Amino acid sequence: MRDVLHEPAATAAPPPGDEAPAVEVEELSRAFGSFVAVDAVSFAVRRREVFGFLGPNGAGKTTTIKMLAGLLLPTSGRGRVAGFDVYTESEEIKSNIGYMSQLFSLYADLTVEENIAFFAGLYGVPRERRGTRRDWVLEMAGLGDQRRRLVAELPLGWKQRLALGCAVLHEPPILFLDEPTSGVDPLSRRSFWELIYALAEDGTTVFTTTHYMEEAEHCHRLALMNRGKLVALDTPQALKSGMREPLLEVETDDGVRAVEVLEEARKSAPGIVRVGLFGRALHVTVEDADGGPARVREALAAAAIGVRSIAPVEPSLEDVFISLVEAAGGAPAD
Amino acid sequence: MLSPLRLWAVARKETLQLRRDTRSLALAFVLPLLLLILFGYAISWDVSNIATAVLDQDRSPRSREVLDAFRASGYFTFVGDLERPAEIAPLLERGGAQLVLVFPPDFAELLDGGRPAPLQAVVDGSDANTALIVLNYARGIALTYSLRLRVDGLKPPVTAQTRVWYNEDLSSRNMIVPGLVAVIMMIIAAMLTSLTISREWERGTMEQLAATPVSRLEVVLGKLLPYLVIGLLDVVTSTLLGVWLFGVPLRGNPALLMVLSFFFLLGALGLGMFISAVARSQLLATQAAMVATFLPAFLLSGFMFAISVMPPALRAVTYLIPARYFLVVTRGIFLKGVGIEVLRVQGGLMVLFAAVGLGLAVKVFRKELA
Amino acid sequence: MPEATSEATPEAVPEAMVELRQLSRSFGALTAVDRLSFVVGRGELFGLVGPDGAGKTTTLRMLAGVLRPTSGDALVAGASVAREPEAAKHHLAYMSQRFGLYTDLTVRENLDFYADLYRVPRRQRPARLERLFEFSNLGPFQDRLAGQLSGGMKQKLGLSCALVHEPDVLLLDEPTFGVDPVSRRELWLIVHEMVGRGVTAVVSTAYMDEAERFDRLALLHRGRVLALDDPRTLQETLPGTQLAVTADDPRRARQVLRDLPGVSQADLFGDRVHVSLEGEGMDVADGGAQTVAAALRDAGLGAVEVRPLAASMEDVFMQRIAAAEREEAA
Repeated sequence: MRDVLHEPAATAAPPPGDEAPAVEVEELSRAFGSFVAVDAVSFAVRRREVFGFLGPNGAGKTTTIKMLAGLLLPTSGRGRVAGFDVYTESEEIKSNIGYMSQLFSLYADLTVEENIAFFAGLYGVPRERRGTRRDWVLEMAGLGDQRRRLVAELPLGWKQRLALGCAVLHEPPILFLDEPTSGVDPLSRRSFWELIYALAEDGTTVFTTTHYMEEAEHCHRLALMNRGKLVALDTPQALKSGMREPLLEVETDDGVRAVEVLEEARKSAPGIVRVGLFGRALHVTVEDADGGPARVREALAAAAIGVRSIAPVEPSLEDVFISLVEAAGGAPAD
Repeated sequence: MLSPLRLWAVARKETLQLRRDTRSLALAFVLPLLLLILFGYAISWDVSNIATAVLDQDRSPRSREVLDAFRASGYFTFVGDLERPAEIAPLLERGGAQLVLVFPPDFAELLDGGRPAPLQAVVDGSDANTALIVLNYARGIALTYSLRLRVDGLKPPVTAQTRVWYNEDLSSRNMIVPGLVAVIMMIIAAMLTSLTISREWERGTMEQLAATPVSRLEVVLGKLLPYLVIGLLDVVTSTLLGVWLFGVPLRGNPALLMVLSFFFLLGALGLGMFISAVARSQLLATQAAMVATFLPAFLLSGFMFAISVMPPALRAVTYLIPARYFLVVTRGIFLKGVGIEVLRVQGGLMVLFAAVGLGLAVKVFRKELA
Repeated sequence: MPEATSEATPEAVPEAMVELRQLSRSFGALTAVDRLSFVVGRGELFGLVGPDGAGKTTTLRMLAGVLRPTSGDALVAGASVAREPEAAKHHLAYMSQRFGLYTDLTVRENLDFYADLYRVPRRQRPARLERLFEFSNLGPFQDRLAGQLSGGMKQKLGLSCALVHEPDVLLLDEPTFGVDPVSRRELWLIVHEMVGRGVTAVVSTAYMDEAERFDRLALLHRGRVLALDDPRTLQETLPGTQLAVTADDPRRARQVLRDLPGVSQADLFGDRVHVSLEGEGMDVADGGAQTVAAALRDAGLGAVEVRPLAASMEDVFMQRIAAAEREEAA
């Protein structure tokens, strides 16, 4: 392992032209024995972008991020991070990225300050800069007057901000976040995202993974992953409006039975594409916005289920995800 | 509360898991075999080929008679004669000999005069165990010779004969194998079960199990059953191996051996479970099991080291070691062929051990996280 | 600190199946659950909503009888968890947050084990197992080791084992955490169907968007109830208005909006800004949309679009936390 304590942090090699993507992968794959965790994934992340990788657990998000962070070698395909090759230049990659893992990788039995000092040393922050950077992290995380507190005693939201700070001590051009807000309360989550946006504005490219559909809305662009494959890539808005079939929200007296009835109707007559329970209401995907509601009403009336309301509704990312996966022909996971 | 259905369910689950757990299976079956072979073949406390040097300052027929007696025993290998006392220390220091026999110049004179004649045996004590044995051999030979001298002067039919009972060859193997059975059981029982409860807490399955109506007794007993079967199987295989492979005699009743082993096992298993219930982490449980069961059984039961040779404080401690009593049982049944009348006390203690071990396990095991 | 009380009085709640009475739990100096009191009626789908550390898992563990309360009590199907935790266990099923089944046993073996533990009569087992397999689509995977199932399937197995003895009360701790959307829908379908048959379900979640599914929910924060009501009422009674704003420079738009009087929250969501307006100063017919749009245009922003946004549970939660913290400071 390189002795990062005594070598000055390598500066990022300037990408050829300002338009070069911060991260670019082509047919990137990783298999573990016969299990293909990441299956020929291709995408490019622009500089200063907040890029999201969305998908359920087991979709291959963490494996992908590990390959990009230089922690895992791909089994095939190509990848460049900050201009460096993922196969041959993983050490250079490591000194040019910040990585915040799912578990925050902070030492619970060290203090806030000690953690910062440790990571500063690890990332090779030049000695002259350490004081400034430390103060910056403390301020950014709001931990100025808690610097001597043991990390184990900090609430989750604070740990998260500290972990973020430690990941960018060396001012990397790219930041990888693996499920950074898992379990964190909404308040902390919002301030966390403010920090992310601030970093992006200052020039950092942020690459984040999440399984939380609603959180993915924070990203500029999203890549939807399922079972190792890239299912879609676009802005959240475009993904939602890209759903051709209109979505109706239907409120009934008996949600569960309504689902059964509409499933039957779907099989016998065209017009109803998909039915799902969404809370107590139903989300029904229909073929056309005009005839759809009528058909739904018909089917439910025939089964004597009272309909309270039918209204078109903007699809959520969950709806988008399900429709894409089913279009691709498979259930998300077996 | 004991529902046979639930008890059986727990036992079945435990068995299925055990069947798929190669590490535990290896511990349960391969380890005993290894230990038996190791101790049976490789290690022997019989001492032979004792390098012996002689400083015979008498050089009489008497001294030569004594030396012949030593040679005839077969334990000693003579490596040389010394001229002067000053040579003894350097010889022992460089390990040229383990034993130096020193005859005083007036050895024969004293003997023929009917007075005690000292024969000095200088032993390299740096290996205390061997040294003791060497000294004992030397003493034995000297004693035999002395008796012979005395007897020569008496008219028959009085003859002194010495015999060693139960273990005529004084074969250490005969002593080891029965002891090993006890130790093996302690290891298997305690170490395997010490993991079972703590592992479920660590993996999160105990929390789920705790929310069901299963009772503490059902969990402890159910978990115990497969290991009980394994333990008894180990006793059978160890006994068979001991008898067939090493020729250790089994003079007593095998059924009695199994019954008393059953109780000893219950106690050891219960103890292991108790440790598991208290420790809650597998790492801690394993270490505790090592210290609390394996080491005492190995070191303080009389298996490795004779209890009589231990300092009084330790000797007192051995009364608390269940394996000590079980050792009496195994050696008794294998070598002496005694029955329950003689082993009454030990038998009772085995039952007590079973009750205490199980009782502790059930008492301490809680279905609550805290 | 004001205690949140339910709009529904105990009399209006059908037969109480789960009743918390000042239920509390501390770990040393940390109070994880602080005097919770509320009632869940038969056939209700009740939510415990809050982030990590709010006390959801601790509460569910106490209700399941695997953790003793430090003080207070709860009645689950009539049995006291403080005095006789074992009594309730025949009537309830608990699904812990961490996968609690045996990864080295097959799907079928796990189900049989739980059926045995609850002494489900043998005659009834084939039918029940068949129905469970239908729900969960786990039939083809009966002989697969549970450890080799995907996350969603593991959860479905967990739920199946919980339902095998047809409990009266279901206690589920974050059953959909990290699960793929299709499995998540299937899980909820199963839960809804059970609830439809009269099972009482208390489910915890940290996902604010799932909160909208419950009949009633308790918003938990640091061991206390911030709000207790049905989701619709909570959203509708949220003071102020929510708007979604797009502009050519979203970040600057946000800056501008933050400084506007009457704006309590302005947060960036991708390239849109979610704005919360508090009543006064903005109380115009269109809910303040015109004022906001005008302010942005005045600041030189273009392509300004302002649309109303339905209040989300997250908005409710944040408002309640902010209110609670203001009270505490006062």
